[in-house]
Amino acid sequence: MALVSDGAFIADEWRRLADEESLPGSGKVIVSLGRLPAAREDARLTALGVYVANTTDPKALAPYFARLALIDIAFPAFTDGRGFSLARLLRREGFVGELRASGRLTPDQYLHAVGGGFDTIEIPDELAAHHGEANWAKARQARSLSYQRGVAGGASILERRRKGVA
Amino acid sequence: MTAHDPALPPRPNSAPTIYAYDEYDRAFVRERVAEFRGQVERRLAGALTEEEFRPFRLMNGLYLQLHAYMLRVAIPYGSLTSRQMRQLAYIADKWDKGYGHFTTRQNLQYNWPKLVDVPDILEALADVDMHAIQTSGNCIRNVTADHFAGVAADELEDPRPTAEFLRQWSSAHAEFSFLPRKFKIAVSGAEHDRAAIKIHDIGLRIVKNAQGAIGYEVIVGGGLGRTPFVGKLLREFLPRADLLAFLEAILRVYNRFGRRDNKYKARIKILVHETGLDEIRTQVEAEFAAMDRAPFAYDAQELERVVAAFAPPAYESLPARSDALEKAKAENTEFAAFAAVNVAPHKVPGYAIVTVSLKPIGGIPGDATAAQMRALADAADTYGFGELRVSHEQNIILPHVKQDDLFALWRDLSAAGLATANAGLISDIISCPGLDYCALATARSIPIAQAISERFADLERQRLIGKLGIKISGCINACGHHHIGAIGILGLEKKGVESYQITLGGDPTLSASIGELLGPGVSAEEVPDVIESLVQFYLAERREGEAFIDTWRRLGHKRFKESARREGEDGSGI
Repeated sequence: MALVSDGAFIADEWRRLADEESLPGSGKVIVSLGRLPAAREDARLTALGVYVANTTDPKALAPYFARLALIDIAFPAFTDGRGFSLARLLRREGFVGELRASGRLTPDQYLHAVGGGFDTIEIPDELAAHHGEANWAKARQARSLSYQRGVAGGASILERRRKGVA
Repeated sequence: MTAHDPALPPRPNSAPTIYAYDEYDRAFVRERVAEFRGQVERRLAGALTEEEFRPFRLMNGLYLQLHAYMLRVAIPYGSLTSRQMRQLAYIADKWDKGYGHFTTRQNLQYNWPKLVDVPDILEALADVDMHAIQTSGNCIRNVTADHFAGVAADELEDPRPTAEFLRQWSSAHAEFSFLPRKFKIAVSGAEHDRAAIKIHDIGLRIVKNAQGAIGYEVIVGGGLGRTPFVGKLLREFLPRADLLAFLEAILRVYNRFGRRDNKYKARIKILVHETGLDEIRTQVEAEFAAMDRAPFAYDAQELERVVAAFAPPAYESLPARSDALEKAKAENTEFAAFAAVNVAPHKVPGYAIVTVSLKPIGGIPGDATAAQMRALADAADTYGFGELRVSHEQNIILPHVKQDDLFALWRDLSAAGLATANAGLISDIISCPGLDYCALATARSIPIAQAISERFADLERQRLIGKLGIKISGCINACGHHHIGAIGILGLEKKGVESYQITLGGDPTLSASIGELLGPGVSAEEVPDVIESLVQFYLAERREGEAFIDTWRRLGHKRFKESARREGEDGSGI
């Protein structure tokens, strides 16, 4: 797996645990939603993350926010946009940790992900080889303007108009 | 002072009556073109697979059709200037085969562009503040509106400022670009619905509440396709200030809960139908209540800016009745027929709204050559403040013509082959491109439209028959809106043979209804005969002033069905 952050491929410090693997004695681990109640109580972990389906109810995760440093939303297909709405709702519920999109996303969706509040994108290695870091870096800069807030350069076009700044 | 000095008065060919991009809109569209140019380059180099490329080319209006790519250009809410129309002609000549096809969603399609040329075409569109953004794909599509916006006598408020707000809000929306399916919004601000708002995913009707405040009636879940639904009332009165936030709430509910397991059940109409209107309303209202509405804060200044862009042109003060028009009508019966059929009342005395039919007898509905586009642009400059509209009936509208000028305009249109006096009549047929162009089609549409048009070629007889909408789709996806035709025709394929199902009683207006099936399908050759027999039955049965749909409603479907059966020898053919 490759991890994209701010237009570059970076090393992933997190370890994703399969359900049959036991919790390690330390480190940053990502568990499934089902294991979250138990993992939350394990004080040995440096940091805790959870991977969830894009159909997850954001309110069900809210009670765990204080202990969660990462939420990883699965994109079962790159054309399935539910994750973009879920990300936005998690931010609204108050999640301030790392939001990660994982699946076969392409660089062309980078700004959609950023706009929804995602920090990182995790893609399979062969896909990373296919599109390459340069494409992600370029895609990150593809737009300097957006009609929506938070997609490109923060303020929306409407807000910029109001302030009269370029 | 330079040539680009904004203090200079607008050039005579640039209409001041429609929204002009500001620096942000312009830069935004240029960035989208540059982004798509990069995507095309990667596709051509093999760095993007067709599967990966597909949603992004669709979001930029590019389809892969039967024979070639098809590029669908957005004409937001159907309004364009003469300058833009000339650029469309230029593109048709330079990169296509010298013509274009105006669609039922107020867009223009080029049927033969080469992939490698598309970024240049988009650049040429951007030169005149146009684009092809979101004319396709599973995103919020180009917003449509009443083609008589701003000039209709029955209008409460011009719907175009609202539609322009929606265009901006929905453009490249980060959250709503990968919806379960396409999403279409239409806006009407008049008493009569000319935008077919009840067959859209969302239909907005501008209304005034008891306190005199302007707001919106919100209709949701209408649509055609293989499962047609008339839209349902979601909110009776939505204050203007809440519009974008409320739409965002609807879209969020749809994006999360709309079906993705079957593309034919993925439209919001199915979600509304399966979940139930009350439950959807609860979900939308809950989301609306919970969301951060700050980004959509009501901005009176911005509204004023957009509304000002659609300010009416500098009309002259004229008498309501034009002597020149009356004289010309008395002297020329052909022109009198045109004036009776293709000219609608304007809200300003002495002016008229002219429908230029793109349905010549035996022609291809909605097609216009580059020369005709230029003739239309010239006519708009000479007689109509440089503004044109595209109607969802696939015709062109000149919205502000002096009644005194109608005869001269008619002569110019005649010279360009654009004076067919059949607006709203039986040969003003809406048709999808059908099997001749479309990869999805199961049967031909255009030749059927042509055959009907030729059968009823006599314009005098057409006027006698009166208002009658025929709509033809070449497959179940219903791009030709057959469900809402007073007479609808659906082309299917049965055992390798084209078969046409006929429906009656469809209505796209506020009294919206879905047509009912007449019987088993008929062959392509039989279609004009069936239409003929239906028309004859109607003519024999109608009461004074009754349109086809009214007679059908009064007599009931059964009577029409029986009449059609009597016409067929053994009843099996119809």
